[in-house]
Amino acid sequence: MTDPTIKRIETVLRKPAVIFGAGAAILLLVTALLALAFPLYKPLLSSQFSFSMIVLAVMLVLILSATALCILFERKIAGFTQDRYGPNRVGFWGLLQPVADGLKFLLKEDIIPRHVDKPLFLLAPALALAASLLGFAIIPWAGQVRWPWMPPDAPPLSTQVANLNVGFLYLLAVGSLSVYGVVLAGYASNNKYAFYGGMRAAAQMISYELPLGLGLLVVLLVSGTLQLDQIVQQQAATGVWNIFLHPIAFFLVLVSALAEANRAPFDLPEAEQELVGGYHTEYSAMKFAMFFLGEYAHMITSSALIVALFFGGWHFWGLPGPENVTWWAMLIKLAVYLTKVALFIALFMLVRWTLPRFRFDQLMRVAWQSLVPIGVALLAATAALTYLGWQRNVWASLAANLLLLAVLLRSAARSKRPVTARQEDLPEIDVRPTT
Amino acid sequence: MGLSRNAFGLAAGGFEAVAVLLTVVTALAAAILILAHRIGPRRHGAAKEDTYESGMEPIGDTRRRFNVRFYLVAVLYLVFAAELVFLYPWAVLFPRLTAAANAPEPHSAQRLLEAGATPAALLVAVGVFLALLLVGFIYEWRRGVFKWN
Repeated sequence: MTDPTIKRIETVLRKPAVIFGAGAAILLLVTALLALAFPLYKPLLSSQFSFSMIVLAVMLVLILSATALCILFERKIAGFTQDRYGPNRVGFWGLLQPVADGLKFLLKEDIIPRHVDKPLFLLAPALALAASLLGFAIIPWAGQVRWPWMPPDAPPLSTQVANLNVGFLYLLAVGSLSVYGVVLAGYASNNKYAFYGGMRAAAQMISYELPLGLGLLVVLLVSGTLQLDQIVQQQAATGVWNIFLHPIAFFLVLVSALAEANRAPFDLPEAEQELVGGYHTEYSAMKFAMFFLGEYAHMITSSALIVALFFGGWHFWGLPGPENVTWWAMLIKLAVYLTKVALFIALFMLVRWTLPRFRFDQLMRVAWQSLVPIGVALLAATAALTYLGWQRNVWASLAANLLLLAVLLRSAARSKRPVTARQEDLPEIDVRPTT
Repeated sequence: MGLSRNAFGLAAGGFEAVAVLLTVVTALAAAILILAHRIGPRRHGAAKEDTYESGMEPIGDTRRRFNVRFYLVAVLYLVFAAELVFLYPWAVLFPRLTAAANAPEPHSAQRLLEAGATPAALLVAVGVFLALLLVGFIYEWRRGVFKWN
């Protein structure tokens, strides 16, 4: 059946030497072009605004290609967890799968069902993609840099698209825009599955915004600034990452970030077994892909945020610190930052393929009856520490965290509720073992 | 850092870059939508363009009344989000104020101290604020608002 020429191309592409050779060739070509064109863009590198624009272009391309690679990586991890191969037909190790997927999405028919609200139906995927690509603007990718040709007393440039003084409030604001894409998709589709998915997503995303905000408030009390580059510099200056000060706050932010990104175990809005596809049931071709791109871009941005807030951003012990603003230090910092983000993405994926999905009542209970009270208690404890001037003291912070954990464990142990996942209004069942 | 700084030592500016990013991202989304619309084949069909509900004939319109609890969650969210919005400025100022109060030499937040704000007053104020919200939160908990059975 299959055309022998196609068969031959497939076989060639599956050879590792071909794939890696082509990759190396492209990399060499790009490097050579960049080196040749250097005099053209050298003046652009020296001013903050034009440098920010370059950072914008580079990071946008990087994030979009990373989303494509992430999808392959996710399927590989899924394959690994379920003891199968995952994609391995297109190119060596399935490395060309993202390209094939992208082409197929583009060439498929773009169906717009009859009963949809057409303007909103088209707006929803655009909004989902655009909102999730806005957040990375304030991430301080590689600290500060001063080029060799700049005068030694010139202020170093920051490798950020925008150094906003409202800092991560901007990220919070932009991040909550992504709920509109999902809700509009559910509403516009005029499909019951999509509608329920959209409603669930709305309730979930707004519920988990509160623990996220509370966790961020704790970091804010520790650092006293909203600017991410200063938060990272503080951690780099002391060598103490915020995770060592406030592990519980990190947990709150991590769980909320998973929920905000609609990732498992919080993927109820698109629970296949009950809602077909959830809010994107009626979407096909590229519009469907836009939701996916948005989800993965959101995941990358929130990983980058968590790394900046809790894991010292580009800082690693023994590597160049904030006082080193040379260009090679910038590259090392960028590599460190991206490695940390990649590790976080891998964690997000492992969580997805390890934990079962929550039920809706459990989801709401976790948000309102566990995470919000924990967040408020942690906030009060951190406020007391700050009042005493101990907010950057590791032992005081850890003691407060441990105390809170002890109180939580004790209240959990004293609780009369049986440890079960059953809904509370169902009749009691006999849990004694049958003999 | 080459950016203008205001009285509190905060760097100002950067929103022009956000405006560029917003334009680029919007153009990208629109371009993808248009491109996909142009490239893909278009074949119409009555059954194909029908609402997909696992092969069932759709019964009635979707946009009818739905569970009122979603509304309750939205109201609760508004209450707590408003609380958080009030807490952010406090959380920025409070550590600076305590640092200024403890520092022997004039500090960047000195002006606040001179204006009459003390760390203790700010701590008590936010404590009262949180306590008031906590009362409401406990009431909602006891009323079973968070139970979704």
